[in-house]
Amino acid sequence: MYPTKYHKAASIDDAVKALGAGEEAMILGGGQTLIATMKQHLAAPSDLVDVRSIEGMVGVSLDGDMLVIGGATTHAEVASSKEVQKHTPALARLAGGIGDPAVRHAGTIGGSVANNDPAADYPAALLALGATVVTNQREIGADDFFDGLFTTALDEGEIITAVKFPKVEAAAYAKFAQPASLFALVGVFVAKTADGVRVTVTGAGDEGVFRSEALEVALTADWSEASAKGADVSADGLMSDIHGAAAYRANLIKVMAARAVLAS
Amino acid sequence: MTKVNMTVNGKAVSRNVSGETLLSEFLREDLRLTGTHIGCDTSQCGACVVHINGKAVKACTTLAAATDGADVTTIEGLANGELHPMQAAFKEHHGLQCGFCTPGMIMSGVDMVNRYKAEGRELTAEAVRHELEGNICRCTGYHNIVKAVQDAATKM
Repeated sequence: MYPTKYHKAASIDDAVKALGAGEEAMILGGGQTLIATMKQHLAAPSDLVDVRSIEGMVGVSLDGDMLVIGGATTHAEVASSKEVQKHTPALARLAGGIGDPAVRHAGTIGGSVANNDPAADYPAALLALGATVVTNQREIGADDFFDGLFTTALDEGEIITAVKFPKVEAAAYAKFAQPASLFALVGVFVAKTADGVRVTVTGAGDEGVFRSEALEVALTADWSEASAKGADVSADGLMSDIHGAAAYRANLIKVMAARAVLAS
Repeated sequence: MTKVNMTVNGKAVSRNVSGETLLSEFLREDLRLTGTHIGCDTSQCGACVVHINGKAVKACTTLAAATDGADVTTIEGLANGELHPMQAAFKEHHGLQCGFCTPGMIMSGVDMVNRYKAEGRELTAEAVRHELEGNICRCTGYHNIVKAVQDAATKM
């Protein structure tokens, strides 16, 4: 790795100051992607600003019917949280299926969401559940947050302090994991929300996470396994790589959607 | 350089580290605790698993500076006069061939047994295999590793 300066931020103000002072400073969460990227010289931050020790960044709470997860809460903490298991069990199960146990002890929800990897699990959950990303500056709805490969609506110096999830009627996530990386080859999140049925797909889109209109139409008409399997999911705009062609992924989207509906 | 103070295997240590120093490098090169192995160095293989504040993490994907104030346990810190039950079970069940992955397997094994016991869940053979997703044995000696972890679970 190239040399970098490490800062343990004591507060949001402290973090913002350190981010502004560094020539090319980056926020450090669990580092499960960033450190690997730095080793490959694909990232070379002048400064790393660790936000995990800032008060209020870790933990799960309820604000009325809204589930609030601190930005630096680890996947393991989300997976084992009684509040998450009760409020949205699908979210606890999703967090418990990210990477492997050691990765889940370090990786954070804020880090995953800010990175917006096209095969990450959390973006599918946020978009399907109609979550809100809370930063030190504003609140951003999931519909406006994810903006293509590794791109989000976050500005420079903007720190994810929490993610808020409304309660939904039913939700489930099914993932076909790429066995070496454990990232989603295709992951589908289905939810019955106050705004109707929402179905999101990760791991497959050329532009990252997206809502599947075909599956939303099919599942709005009939919330069933058969309906998901019969949906008209197109291969247009889907990735093709050594792990699977676009047509294969299109079929897998229907299969994962059917499994998710069955589990909901 | 950042000054770090931490407890490693019960002993207080204090060193200056550069921001990019990995915990795996720090343990092996600064503290000469070479039991923590570096296999893939890409967070896939799990040979570098150590415990930070009682939780298994990959030392090759952790910054030493970020572990300031932490309680770190490596494979060297597990035995207490005699082998830890997990180590004894790996010996008894021949849970290793070349031995390169073993420190990470044992640290992950202890972590999973502790978690399952705390949550009152049964650690089945299937669960052990699932929990070992982040630990790779290139000798492919998984059967005896699973037996060893399950046996140790009855003695921990």
